[in-house]
Amino acid sequence: MSGSFTGVFAAAAAETFEPSSWLFDNIWLVPAMPAASFVLILLFGKRFKDHVHWLGIATVGAGLVFSLATAGAWISQYESEQTHHSEEAVDGEIIRVVDAEEDGHAEEGDHEEGIAPRGCNLEENTQDLFASSEYALGAGGLSTVEYAASEEGGEGEGKAEHVKPDPVVNCLNWFEVGSFGSGTEAQGARSLAFSIGTIVDGQSLMLLVVVGIVSFLVHVYSSEYVKGDRRYVHYYAFLSLFTASILFMGLATSTLQLIVGWELVGVCSFALIGHWWEEKPNSDAALKAFLTNRVGDIGLLVGMIVLFFGAGQSFDILTINHAAVSGEMSQTSMTVASLCLLTAVMSKSGQFILHTWLPDAMAGPTPVSALIHAATMVVAGIYMVGRLYPVFWEGMNIPGSSFNALAFVGALTTVGGGALAFVQRDIKKILAYSTVSQLGYMVLALGVGAWTAAMFHLFTHAFFKGCLFLGAGSLSHACHHSFDIKSEMGGLRTKMPVTFATFMIASLALAGLFPFAGFWSKDEILVGTGGFPGTDANGTYTVLLIMGLIAAAMTAGYMTRAIWLIFFGEYRGHVQPHESPRVMTIPLVILAALSVLTGFLNFPEDWFGGLGERYGLKFEQWVEPGGGDTFHVIGHGDSNLLLAVVASLLAIGSAVFVWSYYQRLYAKDATATEYTDGLASRSRIARAGHVFLEQKYFLDIIYTDIIVGGIKGPVARMANWINQNVIDAVVNFAGTSSTAVGRFVYRFIDQGTIDGAVNLSGTSASESGQVLRRVQTGRIRQYASLMFGAATLLAAVFILVV
Amino acid sequence: MLLNQYLLLAAALFVIGVFGVLTRRNGVLVLMSVELILNAVNINLVAFGTFHGDIAGQVFALFVIAVAAAEVGVGLAIVLLIYRNRRSIDVAEANLMKG
Amino acid sequence: MISTLVLVAQETGNSWDLPANIAFGIISVIAIGGALRMVTTNNVVHAALYLLVVLASVAAIYILLGAEFTAVTQVLVYIGAILILLLFGVMLTRAKIGGDEELDYEQRWMGLGVSVLLFVVMAYSLWEEFGSDTRLVGYEPQRTAEVADSVFSTYIVPFEAVSVLLLAALIGAVVVARRD
Repeated sequence: MSGSFTGVFAAAAAETFEPSSWLFDNIWLVPAMPAASFVLILLFGKRFKDHVHWLGIATVGAGLVFSLATAGAWISQYESEQTHHSEEAVDGEIIRVVDAEEDGHAEEGDHEEGIAPRGCNLEENTQDLFASSEYALGAGGLSTVEYAASEEGGEGEGKAEHVKPDPVVNCLNWFEVGSFGSGTEAQGARSLAFSIGTIVDGQSLMLLVVVGIVSFLVHVYSSEYVKGDRRYVHYYAFLSLFTASILFMGLATSTLQLIVGWELVGVCSFALIGHWWEEKPNSDAALKAFLTNRVGDIGLLVGMIVLFFGAGQSFDILTINHAAVSGEMSQTSMTVASLCLLTAVMSKSGQFILHTWLPDAMAGPTPVSALIHAATMVVAGIYMVGRLYPVFWEGMNIPGSSFNALAFVGALTTVGGGALAFVQRDIKKILAYSTVSQLGYMVLALGVGAWTAAMFHLFTHAFFKGCLFLGAGSLSHACHHSFDIKSEMGGLRTKMPVTFATFMIASLALAGLFPFAGFWSKDEILVGTGGFPGTDANGTYTVLLIMGLIAAAMTAGYMTRAIWLIFFGEYRGHVQPHESPRVMTIPLVILAALSVLTGFLNFPEDWFGGLGERYGLKFEQWVEPGGGDTFHVIGHGDSNLLLAVVASLLAIGSAVFVWSYYQRLYAKDATATEYTDGLASRSRIARAGHVFLEQKYFLDIIYTDIIVGGIKGPVARMANWINQNVIDAVVNFAGTSSTAVGRFVYRFIDQGTIDGAVNLSGTSASESGQVLRRVQTGRIRQYASLMFGAATLLAAVFILVV
Repeated sequence: MLLNQYLLLAAALFVIGVFGVLTRRNGVLVLMSVELILNAVNINLVAFGTFHGDIAGQVFALFVIAVAAAEVGVGLAIVLLIYRNRRSIDVAEANLMKG
Repeated sequence: MISTLVLVAQETGNSWDLPANIAFGIISVIAIGGALRMVTTNNVVHAALYLLVVLASVAAIYILLGAEFTAVTQVLVYIGAILILLLFGVMLTRAKIGGDEELDYEQRWMGLGVSVLLFVVMAYSLWEEFGSDTRLVGYEPQRTAEVADSVFSTYIVPFEAVSVLLLAALIGAVVVARRD
């Protein structure tokens, strides 16, 4: 099975090796532990009462330790393989690192030459459903499928060669459907296995570590923040379930599993946003989040179905990627699928124009906002694009750049979201729009082909945004549960020193200033656009680079505004603010430390002299996928010092501008929060712009009044009109004419049989006219008829099309 | 003997059952039509079982028969309840779902 | 439709098949005719009797397919139990015994359209998929012992589940219909 896939992407295929460890094969324990915690809390939560958080903290902590150990094993195997490889290379030998046949299990999942690598290639054509699932659940059912090492790899030019790790895939047969295609098994029909499993590679481990760390800290933090809540047990149950489902999604081997995780995450988000559902706005926000996500979910489902057929009836992610890379999937289906999936990304990852739910989702408890709406759930869309990147790469034609919806949406979001953050007075909403903007950055990076930069930004963003959100929670804890930076805060830097320090660090990281984490990841994205001279990336997206720079300046600006209003000036609230207890500040300190340090995981190779060569770009090396068979070349721009300086100067300039605005304001009136005679009140255009931003581009109004109202009103009226005028007329005509015919027939033909029937049809026709006058009859029968009819038509469409 | 003749017979019975469900007013008659639908499915199961030489078809048909028994029991109980409350088992009159 | 089925039944000229095909033709005509009468008759009791005809002919079809145990179960459970239950239902709800003009819903045409459409789609796809060349060859009666083996080994879990379901349905029916 080795060496079957070379050809078009031979140059892309770096040499690979197959990492193996007990940890990689048992990674399912990581999501299983919080899931177990959910079940336990559900069953015994009432008994634990106020100590229920220990259950959550313990399981998530155990999961975190496990994923850190796994990541450690992954990295150490990677590094030792590199040294091994370079030693061998010195001898001038061409080596095959690992032969797949070594592994006894691999033969079980062996496949013939020319068939795409299937992540989960269990027994096909198993006759007996139950027997096969017994088999799958038994000891022999676990098959480890390893990936072929490419024969002709290692010839790529350019940067130093690295031996890439192949993903480790473990899976179970989830269920199987009978023969596809006609006839018996002998005639070539095959059964379709739906597998469930885990994939371990750099990307999934990265997500595991991020989710583990943030979730663990949020669990700890919440034990103080939500203390004494009336639904404390409920809160922890869903927090655990949420953690489990995002981990489950991250480890998905098949698109089906991905969808399951995706939806579970959405449900948990719904439950947690509406945690305090007694108040109407909260339950409305939860509903809004859920329904907006459903819009995208349609795209997700359709996209996955298109991919299923495009990849020759497979849900397996690696198979789909292989089909996309090797050109087995048609360009059309990839374009359609990537556009459909883009809507899913737009809803889940808060991209313009479906981002409107995300700021409203701040109605949930703050730790939830930190966990879900900053660090983990909203990156699900980014993660999905990263997983199925070859599809997007080809579908959107990323290197060719003639048609690139992904980058366009990302750029629009990053600027649009940033602008909205300026006019908010709720600290959490500022952070929410900032999240929208940063997610836009990630999508932009994916759109221009900077896969690694997007993943790196996801990684660093989780820490500093998590820190900011938890900091906001700490502020509100101090200020009597208010988030209003204009009326309740101000001058808090002396009263809450720890929160201030961590919030500052995280803000600097978000603004992208050296040497904080955001600097490195943002710089990498800007480099990735290739718009700056001398960066040499996948394309030359000058416009996108400019938008990215604008967004960078905006980020610094609105964060300066928030910080000034919260921590400087005079205190404007009326309660006595106090520093939060240790349980809340320690997670803040940890996250702040991470937002300083994580940036150095991927500093460019040509920085800091020899240090760069030795320790630079580690994140890239660890996280990037094996390449070749199932993945494209990931292009990297060359880092550019000048660009970094320009971006930093823009950010600093914008921060200084905002700062001086508030300084002058402070000199005038110590408790003011904005000029009453400022630009917005003097210039009509500026005021219009302000209103435009405050109304969030009028998107909510468009959605509720124009789209929903527009559909609801006229459609109902039109249906009514049609019923009144068209159908009634037809029915009446049919009724009268058939009675007329009936009378006619009555005279000449047999009275007993036909007359009755005709009369019946006449009266029943006019009766049904009466019934149809109202669309909503409430008659189940009519609904059933319509449902049957629609299902039949759908089946007919499938039969004719597929 | 074609496989298709059994399948077409089943399809015909199924469709007649659907017609009955959609047009009958009497609750008991609706239940009878549902039985017709279940029988059509059973014919399919047994026909495919014979075609593949697999006992599973028969086994599942037996399960369906058992489930049908349960369905009729509960269904008749519901019909009786409707009758007791409304003095009529006209399902068309049960329009509480009216919007 | 019926004639098509008869034609289908008769077009295969295998000597061994001929009696089976004739039997199938007769049985299917009875079954479909009974079913059509069942959904069109104005008399509830007649409808129950037509259902009996359909159930009996389906049992005959099972025998034709070599599924004898299922055929016997069909007679025992359907005709022996379910039909009686339905007749009790007819009695308890005091349906008009002599015939009832208003047994049909007004919107017959809708049901008819949907049914015809459904049949066209199903028949088309069946014909596309299996055509006139997928034959049942050399089938033999499946032995009851095999069924028993299968039910009590491979399918023991679904079997138990079905028994629990029956129990639940029993209790449910009692709870729902109880006069209290």
